[in-house]
Amino acid sequence: MSERLKSDEDFSKIDLNPSKTGWMDTPTVIKDGMFCFAAKPQSVKTLDLPYSREWNPKHDDWKLPENWKEIIYEGMRDRLDRFRTFKIFMDICVRCGACADKCHFFIGTGDPKNMPVLRAELIRSVYKNDFTTFGKIFGKLGGARPLTLDVLKEWWYYFFQCSECRRCSVFCPYGIDTAEITIIGRELLNLLGLNIDWIATPVSNCYMTGNHMGIQPHAFVGMLEFFVDDIEECTGVRVNPTFNKKGADILFVTPSGDVFGDPGTYTCMGYMILFHYLKEKYGLEVTWSTYASEGGNFGLFTSNEVMKRLNSKMYAEAKRLGVKWILGGECGHMWRVINQYMGTMNGPADFLEEPVNPITGTKFENAKSTKMVHIVEFTADLIKHGKLDLDPSRNDNLKVTFHDSCNPARGMGFFEEPRYVIKNVCNNYYDMPRNCIKEQTFCCGSGSGLNASEDMELRLAGGLPRANAVKYVNEKHGVNMLACICAIDRAVLPPLMGYWVPEVDVTGIHELVTNALIIPGEKEKTVNLRGEDIPDKESDPDEYYVRPAFSGR
Amino acid sequence: MNDKNKIITGLIIFIVIITFPFWYNMGKASPVPEPKLTDKAKAAKECVEPKEYMKVEHMQILDIWRDSVVREADRVYINEKGKKFNMSLSTGDDSCMGCHSNKADFCDKCHDYASVRPYCWDCHIEPPKEKK
Amino acid sequence: MNVNYMFSLLAVVVLILLAYVGVEGAGLQVLFGVIIPYIAVFIFIAGFVYRVMDWVRSPVPFRIPSTCGQQKSLPWIKENKIDNPSTAGGVIVRMIFEILFFRSLFRNTSCRLNEGAKITYVWEKWLWLAALAFHYSFLTVLIRHLRFFLEPVPVCLQLLEKVDSFFQLGLPGLFLSGVVLLAAVIFLFLRRIYIPQVRYISLASDFFPLFLIISIAITGIFMRYFTKVDIVGIKEFAMGLVTLHPTIPDGLGGLFYVHLFLVSVLFVYFPFSKLMHMGGVFLSPTRNLPNNNRAERHINPWNPSVKLHTYQEYEDDFREKMIEAGLPVEKES
Repeated sequence: MSERLKSDEDFSKIDLNPSKTGWMDTPTVIKDGMFCFAAKPQSVKTLDLPYSREWNPKHDDWKLPENWKEIIYEGMRDRLDRFRTFKIFMDICVRCGACADKCHFFIGTGDPKNMPVLRAELIRSVYKNDFTTFGKIFGKLGGARPLTLDVLKEWWYYFFQCSECRRCSVFCPYGIDTAEITIIGRELLNLLGLNIDWIATPVSNCYMTGNHMGIQPHAFVGMLEFFVDDIEECTGVRVNPTFNKKGADILFVTPSGDVFGDPGTYTCMGYMILFHYLKEKYGLEVTWSTYASEGGNFGLFTSNEVMKRLNSKMYAEAKRLGVKWILGGECGHMWRVINQYMGTMNGPADFLEEPVNPITGTKFENAKSTKMVHIVEFTADLIKHGKLDLDPSRNDNLKVTFHDSCNPARGMGFFEEPRYVIKNVCNNYYDMPRNCIKEQTFCCGSGSGLNASEDMELRLAGGLPRANAVKYVNEKHGVNMLACICAIDRAVLPPLMGYWVPEVDVTGIHELVTNALIIPGEKEKTVNLRGEDIPDKESDPDEYYVRPAFSGR
Repeated sequence: MNDKNKIITGLIIFIVIITFPFWYNMGKASPVPEPKLTDKAKAAKECVEPKEYMKVEHMQILDIWRDSVVREADRVYINEKGKKFNMSLSTGDDSCMGCHSNKADFCDKCHDYASVRPYCWDCHIEPPKEKK
Repeated sequence: MNVNYMFSLLAVVVLILLAYVGVEGAGLQVLFGVIIPYIAVFIFIAGFVYRVMDWVRSPVPFRIPSTCGQQKSLPWIKENKIDNPSTAGGVIVRMIFEILFFRSLFRNTSCRLNEGAKITYVWEKWLWLAALAFHYSFLTVLIRHLRFFLEPVPVCLQLLEKVDSFFQLGLPGLFLSGVVLLAAVIFLFLRRIYIPQVRYISLASDFFPLFLIISIAITGIFMRYFTKVDIVGIKEFAMGLVTLHPTIPDGLGGLFYVHLFLVSVLFVYFPFSKLMHMGGVFLSPTRNLPNNNRAERHINPWNPSVKLHTYQEYEDDFREKMIEAGLPVEKES
């Protein structure tokens, strides 16, 4: 993919008009670049999930168990009994088509089965056939079809072409949430061992070592100590992160992706500097955990049970360490889980205190049950009360726009906090057009565990609408930095930008914050965390707007 | 589930609303109205057109008559059988109301029953009551 | 030509013929006028209740509202109390907006791919407008029909008729709702035919209710304005049904029975089809729950107990490496 850079040509190939043959009569072809590799048997085994085996989506034989139809049928029946959402979403869609062109994968690929309504229809057709009188009477005319091997393969292909971003659910007059349908669809596929490796292996890593990357405790410490050196090099300050420390005030949990790869690493350094600053100035002790060293939760993309298994570590560790409450880093689906599932699954967290910012005295009323605060809420509160010494001109080389990550946007409503923080640490901020931000934000194209490399074509297609909006602000305002609050975004937006809008780089918010933060005892800063020159105060900021070199990938 | 009660309440309200016509009319006698003919009308035996036709088309006839009288000053109506009539709703004996002088029993009964409100009487004066 | 809509059209034509021939040819007034309508109403109510109770039987394990506005967080950040409600009151307002004004559909835009690799999202409120017009005119028509089923006719109904015939066009006075209903439902049909994506997703079962409603509207309009029916006779008939003393007055005509039969079919079809969105829209968990999960715990009645990898097991796996890296451990060996 990367060797053929011809984004304009690819764009012109997209045709949103579906084929002439009906969708039930159009066979699904599993195309290279559009799917992720099958889960490794070992990862499935580690989690005690059923039917671990070697299999290949491209082969005819998926080595399914004999009674796979029965397993799916029972799985559907069981989930219809357990999830009202599933039943209602299967029953009430009127196929008005309002969702059709809201999906980034449909816009980017033109594949009609990526229309949210049709993605749901893939499973709804089987539901009608097996569970409704209507479907039994009217059959295909009523949109029903029996479950066959081809249907199952189609499910697999398209439920792993949905990033569970929920954009369609915003536009649906009944709030039908394709993410919920995809989640259940993937649960069903997991009953047959049909996961993808990019999800199964991180999940099994996380289960055993505490994080998706499989970083073992000593290595985790070692990696953060590398960052300590890097930070000292560019700021002159030696930060001192603590690990697994009992009696600390706050436990901090963030996605391990930020420990692992650029530009997330800079965001991670940002957290470390911020915590150092708070300790030096206000005596606040924040500790990292190597056991709960993962904020993200690819269990969400596997099944609700697996999600619970991974998520449980946060509370377990907070309880063991005796902290007051938990602070969560910048991550997308992590916050969907924390905001909408964590308290229900693993609560009540009555061993923690209702979160209060000890520095400002602010009570986080909205987190009083789950007792977990988003670091951007926390930082926004600090800034509001003037507790951070900031020099936003240090970010004057940047013209920033903000990518609302799907999950905090549509699973939380996290819009103003990040914007407030960015505007306080950067002088140049421009929003993308209204149809592409906040609750209408577009997915990066790689969410929900699809950020592998083998499905790059899918990712670049799915990320097109997002990239296009970035391109718009890049052309209009000269925006050169895309800020985000999601570790997957930080991993996947750089290649996406590289393909569609190479002028724009990607950052986390706390990298911006700590670039602007005046740390007690810092040397005169000449470079930022990336080792790039900090703009001279006297110089005309305009000359920095177009960045001379493009680093970061 | 704590929402069960709410949903069942909602469902009951819904059923009450859709079955409204069944219990609204309960215990009420609602005889079908029969328009009453005055002696004069009875004696005439036949209206300007046959009864069945008049039943469904009388408003159209009146509408046409109005236009004919007001716009063309033509007051003569010739029916199918070639018989001539004076086109008038309520003026004098040689008019609709001249024959059907019992408005309440002839017109209103059915109009009220079917919830129809003709706007004849927005302009025309009702025939005096004592003429009954 | 599309098999799906041809089939549905054919089905409706057959239904029309069935009723017409049944009444005009075979004299089955009692069947089409009394037996079928009673069965239809019964199936409608029983089916509706069954479907809703079937939904209620399944719990809502997680509180998963789609948040379409700023959350309630820090006191100085203005929360969007309607699109992202944090209280029951907010949810009620949100639901009112959804149900009465189709709030979410109002957001609709249409996506265009343009030259120069530019995507634009253009204003598209027609679907919202037609949907609103369709549902409200249908409701008005439905309520207006109560004049046949209630005696005496309540004043509010007379008022509604007055408003509906506001323009005083023609004789009998033109009811706007009927015209709007027909226009809106035809629009909804045409967009299923002409918008390629919508045509692609449309099933026969999507066209069927549209043809059914179009036919109901047309037969109704014909009876009122063109072929004329004995309105007093119809009321006598309708009153007979609702007072449980059915009568079959003479001279109601085949068209009337066709109209009645199609309505009965709609009633029967309703609870088994997508038309149940009428009940479902109230129950959609992405809309009818507040976004206050972090403040108030939601209970999942079947919260599963799952196998965990505890800290102790983790420490056992990595104890030596942890000690070497200077990490505190619970047990030294």
